[in-house]
Amino acid sequence: MSKVASPEELSRVRYGPPKKGWMDSPAEFKEGRWCYGSKPKDHHVIGLPNPRSWSPGDEDWKLPDNWKEIFLEGMRERLDKFRTFRIFMDICVRCGACADKCHFFIGSGDPKNMPVLRAELLRSIYRGEFTNTGKILGKLAGGRKLTYEVFKELFYYFFQCTECRRCSLFCPYGIDTAEITIIGRELLNLLGCNIDWITGPVANCYRTGNHLGIQPHAYHSMLEFFCEEIEEITGILPEPSFNRKGAEILFITPSGDVFADPGTYTCMGYIMLFHYLEGLGLDLTWSTYASEGGNFGYFTSHEMAKRLNAKMYAEAERLGVKWILGGECGHMWRVCNQYMDTFWEPPKSLEIPVSPITGTRFEQAKDHKMVHICEFTADLIKHGKLNLDPSRNDIYNVTFHDSCNPARAMGLFEEPRYIINNVCNNFVDMPINTIKEQTFCCGGGSGLNTDEIMDLRMRGGFPRANAVDYVHQKHGVNLLSCICAIDRATLPPLMEYWVPEVGVSGVHELVANALVLEGEQKRTTNLRAEEFPWVEEEEEEAEEEALEVSLEAAEETAAEAAEEAVAEAAEEAAEEAAEEVAEEAGEEEAEGEK
Amino acid sequence: MGIWVSFFAVIALVLIPSVGAQGAGQYIFGIFIPYVAVLIFVIGFIYRVVQWGKTPVPFKIPTTGGQMKSLPWIKWNPLDNPATTGGVVGRMALEVLAFRSLFRNTRVELRDGPRVSYGSNKWLWVAALAFHYAFLVVFLRHFRLFMEPVPGFVGLLESVDGFMEVGLPRLMISGVVLLLAALYLFLRRVAVPQLRYISFAADYFPLFLIIALAGSGLLMRYFIRVDITSVKELITGLVSLRPTIPEGIGVIFFVHLFLLSVLIAYFPFSKLMHAGGVFMSPTRNMANDNRQNRHINPWNYPVKVHTYAEYEDEFREKMKEVGLPVEKE
Amino acid sequence: MALKQLLEENKSVILSRWFDTILETYPVDTQHFLRSKKNQFDNPVARRISDGIEGIFSQILNDDEEKDVSPFLDKVIRIRAVQDFAPSRAVAFMFDLKRLVREVLGKAIRELQLSEELGRFEEAIDKMGLLALDIYMKCREEIYELRVNEVKRSVSRLIERANKICGIPGKEGDPEVCSTDNLT
Repeated sequence: MSKVASPEELSRVRYGPPKKGWMDSPAEFKEGRWCYGSKPKDHHVIGLPNPRSWSPGDEDWKLPDNWKEIFLEGMRERLDKFRTFRIFMDICVRCGACADKCHFFIGSGDPKNMPVLRAELLRSIYRGEFTNTGKILGKLAGGRKLTYEVFKELFYYFFQCTECRRCSLFCPYGIDTAEITIIGRELLNLLGCNIDWITGPVANCYRTGNHLGIQPHAYHSMLEFFCEEIEEITGILPEPSFNRKGAEILFITPSGDVFADPGTYTCMGYIMLFHYLEGLGLDLTWSTYASEGGNFGYFTSHEMAKRLNAKMYAEAERLGVKWILGGECGHMWRVCNQYMDTFWEPPKSLEIPVSPITGTRFEQAKDHKMVHICEFTADLIKHGKLNLDPSRNDIYNVTFHDSCNPARAMGLFEEPRYIINNVCNNFVDMPINTIKEQTFCCGGGSGLNTDEIMDLRMRGGFPRANAVDYVHQKHGVNLLSCICAIDRATLPPLMEYWVPEVGVSGVHELVANALVLEGEQKRTTNLRAEEFPWVEEEEEEAEEEALEVSLEAAEETAAEAAEEAVAEAAEEAAEEAAEEVAEEAGEEEAEGEK
Repeated sequence: MGIWVSFFAVIALVLIPSVGAQGAGQYIFGIFIPYVAVLIFVIGFIYRVVQWGKTPVPFKIPTTGGQMKSLPWIKWNPLDNPATTGGVVGRMALEVLAFRSLFRNTRVELRDGPRVSYGSNKWLWVAALAFHYAFLVVFLRHFRLFMEPVPGFVGLLESVDGFMEVGLPRLMISGVVLLLAALYLFLRRVAVPQLRYISFAADYFPLFLIIALAGSGLLMRYFIRVDITSVKELITGLVSLRPTIPEGIGVIFFVHLFLLSVLIAYFPFSKLMHAGGVFMSPTRNMANDNRQNRHINPWNYPVKVHTYAEYEDEFREKMKEVGLPVEKE
Repeated sequence: MALKQLLEENKSVILSRWFDTILETYPVDTQHFLRSKKNQFDNPVARRISDGIEGIFSQILNDDEEKDVSPFLDKVIRIRAVQDFAPSRAVAFMFDLKRLVREVLGKAIRELQLSEELGRFEEAIDKMGLLALDIYMKCREEIYELRVNEVKRSVSRLIERANKICGIPGKEGDPEVCSTDNLT
């Protein structure tokens, strides 16, 4: 082997950072990694502290003078209020089991994206400011003081965590980085440091009932529009009801599905399913007030989560329904499953959910009174209540992305798979270490689905996309289905970048495709106006038939025409002959007169 | 830097009793320090656990690792996603006794061609198990020294532990395993860059301390013999609160005892408290039965909400226009 | 042709050194992770890079007229395009190959007097390097397209609905003013 020439040696660039401890290398704010700062007008709507125009890219974040005091006092308060927080600050042994479980670490290689280090950012302050060993020994005991730089670093990395809890699954002590991020973000919020993509939706949701800020009449008319679309496809016009008192069930789903493709098809799917079930005794209403299942308040603070969540039970009580049915959504179900029943006592007017169609009592929701639509639909299918034609989904080879929250904060694995297997003929799962409890995040959870961090999302979502790519190559998968509205917003660009041949859908879109409605016209397309595979064949056949028919008809008409022609000709001839005879007779008469 | 500070700290901790445990000094290292250490340990441990226990658990947030209990015909995973107290006990038992969560790391189904693909993580699980169980066995074997008569399980344990039937005195596997596992955990921390990156003095110190503790124990058992009868006399004296210092115990014993004292005194202030914390971790020790049984947050407080009435007041006209029902005309 | 043979014979050495060189562009603390985890789902980045460079290398050795190196370049660059690398750093790995080949085969090349062939080989690599830059740009453009598309998608139905309303004269808006052209 030859010796490398020295100029070449010199020209070699080493990209690895100098070997400094992580406490000595402050975060470098890179464009495309941080989200835009929250806007003052939204702060005013929901009463967040420190309203001002600012950007995380600025040198000065315009914090109040006593910011340090506020932060540390907030931390002390939370250490006394959350056992999780205190224990997670105390017991980590830094074994590193979580280190390579984070999709952001896997995709970016930034060591501060290791869950353990993300937590250490805050833990080091806990040790340095709250424990004696840390106060005395400082860095030696892993403690450090809260400085402006450290504060910025916390912001930077707590908004690079999607609270997916994958690391928590592998931690021998169950340390949940999501919990640390949630509390970390609460602390940042005490100083008014949040991102626009979160505070905007929160302010909207507070006022209009949903994140997108859709006002009631617009919400109503959007769904009406879907009904018209459904009529075009099926020949049947569903008539969903809104804010209707005395209905048995209140349906709440994320508003993202009302405006944005491909979520809209899932929304149409719900409408069709409910229409179908009306004939079997379903009595359900939508609400424009509780028109949001998701809860971006949860990405702000526990208190904000509670403030937005209030609408669900309040609306259920006002309308006098018996129970609540919840749509496909990830973090909505994290809040609904693990917080809602603690935030609020369920109204006394609610009853244990019972499916009006199958009579199944949902015992698992006996106190909370809210059922996931996948539980509801799986039960319908199990009881044979749905007339399904899975071949209508034959153009799809489907795989299923377990959304983080229903996976690791609920355990909803089999219901959606059962449904898909009944409404599609081609389903295949991704490799085992990328699904179910080990599922990878879409890269945009916890309010990070904004477009200014597209780079971050693309690398964060890469482990997920990579597994999709595998089943795409191996099994020809071309559709990634999921039960989360944020997934339906974030997975399409992820697929477009990494596996452009794969589309994204909700589970109930597939249900509606397969669902045979009573009295529907002959359907030729699915909800996306894509023709069913057999339609072309059928059309060809039909054309051939039509051709035959027309040929026959032509023959017939020709024969008839010929007959007619002959008859006419005969008639004409007869007439002519008669005329001639008459004329002759006349002439003869005239001659006779002469 | 953390490594060297910890290393020299432990060297110092070895030297202090080697020099000091002479004559009257033996009273300090043999009686005073062990008592103080035990006191610190007991009070500190209780203090920490009580502090954790006093801190409320506002929300029920188990991390679910399997199918939840839902419809009766859907196969439920009661251990990874428990919905009952029994299930939680099972989950905790798996976690504490078998390190269930660490074991998950090894589940690598698809391998990259012929190359072996499960690496350090499986070893972490093995080493962690070996380390903790060896420590437990070593600890239990020491009961021979505190109790008279020697409890039956100690003999049983020793016959299993010494199954190799080599050496005189008979080689006990547990001590060697403990030392090797601790060494492995240390080397792993140094050799894997991302682990070295997250480690600091408080991670190395307990490892060095335990390595020194196990090392001094092994030395004492196999190489620098001490008078075991005198040792037992000292220890039973300590345990029965009638402390004495018998003549002729080698200094190595005081080194061993001092390191142990430091370890247990250090325990409550360190990450070693994971031993208590693991039982109280809310993501593991709670049932995923949120929708069946209401969890109460002791500090739940009323919050400002946007009521339906306020909502209707703002949008009433628009609602009426499209025929949405309203409360007030 | 002798150079090709040499490259073929030393393929595994060159590839593994090439892989290492690329990993060196990542933070030191992460390199171990990238190197150690062989599972393609636990460590997709390293897998993609090693698949990519293997493909690139075999295309270099491929004499086929219709050889196409871009899918393999794409494999490597697509991930680097979203990893905070400057364009020059993202594609530098192609040019590194020249140095690596000289390092590994320099002596043999001199002995066998293959410098002319080496020149042609390096020319081919330069071309690929430029192609790599094209691919990098394409990926970046895609990212911006994704951002635009996402914004469009988030209101797609609103616009469709608006168009539908505007299309019906005399209803909610004047079709003259509310032309669909303005909305799409």
